[in-house]
Amino acid sequence: MTQGLLTAFVIGGLICVLAQLIIELTPYSITPAHILVGYVVGGAVLSGLGWYQPLVDFAGAGATVPLSGFGHMLVQGVVEAVGEEGLKGVFTGGLTASAFGITVALLMGFMVALVFNPKG
Amino acid sequence: MEQCIEHALQNREKRLKKLQEMDEKTMEDLLQELRIEHQHLIADEAAGADGAEQRYYQDLLEQNENQSLLIQKKIDRMYQQQTKLVTPKAPLTKNVIRAFFVGGMICLLGQIIINFVMVRYGLDFKAASPLASISIVVITAILTGFGIYDEIGRFGGAGSMVPISGFANSVVSAALEFKREGMIYGIGAKIFTIAGPVILYGTVASVIIGFIYYLMG
Amino acid sequence: MGKRTIVYERPIAIRSWATVAGRKEGRGKLAQYYDFILEHNQFGEKSWERAEQKMQQYALELALEKANLTASQLDYFLGGDLLNQIIATSYTARAANIPYFGLYGACSSLAEGFILGSCLLDGGFGRRTAVCTSSHHDAAERQLRYPTEMGVQRTLTAQWTVTGSGAYILEQGQGAWQVTKAVPGKIVDRGISNSSDMGSAMAAAAVDTIASFLQDTGGLNDLDYIVTGDLGKIGYEICKKQLQERGYDVAGRYFDCGMQIYHEEDQDVHAGGSGCGCSAVVLGTKYLPLLKKQGRGKLLLVGTGALLSPLTVQQGETIPGIAHGILVEYKGEGVS
Repeated sequence: MTQGLLTAFVIGGLICVLAQLIIELTPYSITPAHILVGYVVGGAVLSGLGWYQPLVDFAGAGATVPLSGFGHMLVQGVVEAVGEEGLKGVFTGGLTASAFGITVALLMGFMVALVFNPKG
Repeated sequence: MEQCIEHALQNREKRLKKLQEMDEKTMEDLLQELRIEHQHLIADEAAGADGAEQRYYQDLLEQNENQSLLIQKKIDRMYQQQTKLVTPKAPLTKNVIRAFFVGGMICLLGQIIINFVMVRYGLDFKAASPLASISIVVITAILTGFGIYDEIGRFGGAGSMVPISGFANSVVSAALEFKREGMIYGIGAKIFTIAGPVILYGTVASVIIGFIYYLMG
Repeated sequence: MGKRTIVYERPIAIRSWATVAGRKEGRGKLAQYYDFILEHNQFGEKSWERAEQKMQQYALELALEKANLTASQLDYFLGGDLLNQIIATSYTARAANIPYFGLYGACSSLAEGFILGSCLLDGGFGRRTAVCTSSHHDAAERQLRYPTEMGVQRTLTAQWTVTGSGAYILEQGQGAWQVTKAVPGKIVDRGISNSSDMGSAMAAAAVDTIASFLQDTGGLNDLDYIVTGDLGKIGYEICKKQLQERGYDVAGRYFDCGMQIYHEEDQDVHAGGSGCGCSAVVLGTKYLPLLKKQGRGKLLLVGTGALLSPLTVQQGETIPGIAHGILVEYKGEGVS
């Protein structure tokens, strides 16, 4: 039950520290949207190069929970789909693999917006 | 001798400071001069200039404007340097430690869920990992509704932004904030403020990489 | 007078004023001086925007009540806020039902209103006018930056938009507090484009306005206080330094409203307060009473505004700053 907890904590933390350093040390004003998009695309590229899977094998949730893991998931999906369906898979693989996450996030956003009011 | 050096040093400081002061003042005076010249040129031109003369005037005006711009830029740069001097440095070490701790804790929570699901339901990592992410999304959404996640974010910085919970928080908070603008233009449109770019560029990246993969067989 | 300074010929008095502040402001340094403190920033309304409007209307009503006046005795209503198309002020004017000029000078709107209102009275175009501005933290935040529930770390240069509103009744005639001079601001843009660093964007304009005023009126000696609207800690430092470089040693009599509202350490506001409501509440709760306490004195209020448009900032444009100055003199209670 306790296996991988420490590596998840350390690697996940380090991935976040990298973003913090990017925000603080670059002269441009970096918004959250820049970071989120940057991490998804960065994760996708690393995954395409085959470098992200080893990190996932090593750190578990420490690599899949950060948004770079989301990019990794998109690319894993597209790679699998290309293997099975060829050219069609190029267009279906990414969104199919991420459908679960996106749908839940949107659904939760919708429901929370209906139920709660902003607290300020 | 020591006194002499000290004196020289002090004078140097004084002169440097004077130079700086004079610079800005001189520059502003120059700018004013250029502005007046500009007005004269325009007035003169309007008073009666034909073909070749007009071109000459226009050249002069352009030069005048370029010079003004140059000086203005210099003044701006000096001002910006000055602002940098008084702007406090962000407490980098503190922020990094907080980001590490908060980000690490969220990933740790993910790993705990993965381990639990794997042991309890006998799933493999690949099946358990999305479940963990989804659980974090749901928890974050509820915390956002209760107005708690923004406090975590204020503390954790990138530590609460980079994990999937940061994505969920940005989706939910946008939908929540704009609910008063209605179901369509409020919640419906604003929910994608941050989710939109993330999904768009994620999809584009996956298609490009998928296509390369397809070409390579 | 001089190059830019306006001197009002007729006496113009600040007859009364009222301030309304939000919950967080109500726990700050000026807590006991506000006329009314909101228990919740929503003020029983269904949106932040409506809350802001209600706050402004309440401030106006309180100010009228203090002066024993009704809205129909006002000739003009001048005001502004931070919402798109200054809509909160327009709704207040709708309720007040008097001739209305909506002003947008961002956080300088109050000083802008004072200048123009005094001009109207000085020109003899009316006897009384109300000047009223407001800002609301959550309404401004969601319009200019992020949703209020989004977990974003604020930079050290960021300022906290004040939830608050101030209403002032100006009247032609003698009174304890007189508006005697004004110096309208010029746009100064030093190429700052970071919307979380408005203090630096505005400080240059404040320096320009203050220096012009001092040049026109013959220096500092006559002046007891110089108070800028909402430069915050960083803008304050820049402004002070630049004034010193120009030969005006303002130490000891230069203050910033943005730094007066919150407890710096506990309230997590970083560089200080900002917004149309900032100078509006601080002037009425701190500086006008301070003049009275001293029995006499002159105060130059410099309303500073960052005329920021989220749209053009996203397009990479810079933030134009402006600063309007008004001189308030305390002449003593006896005069009427």
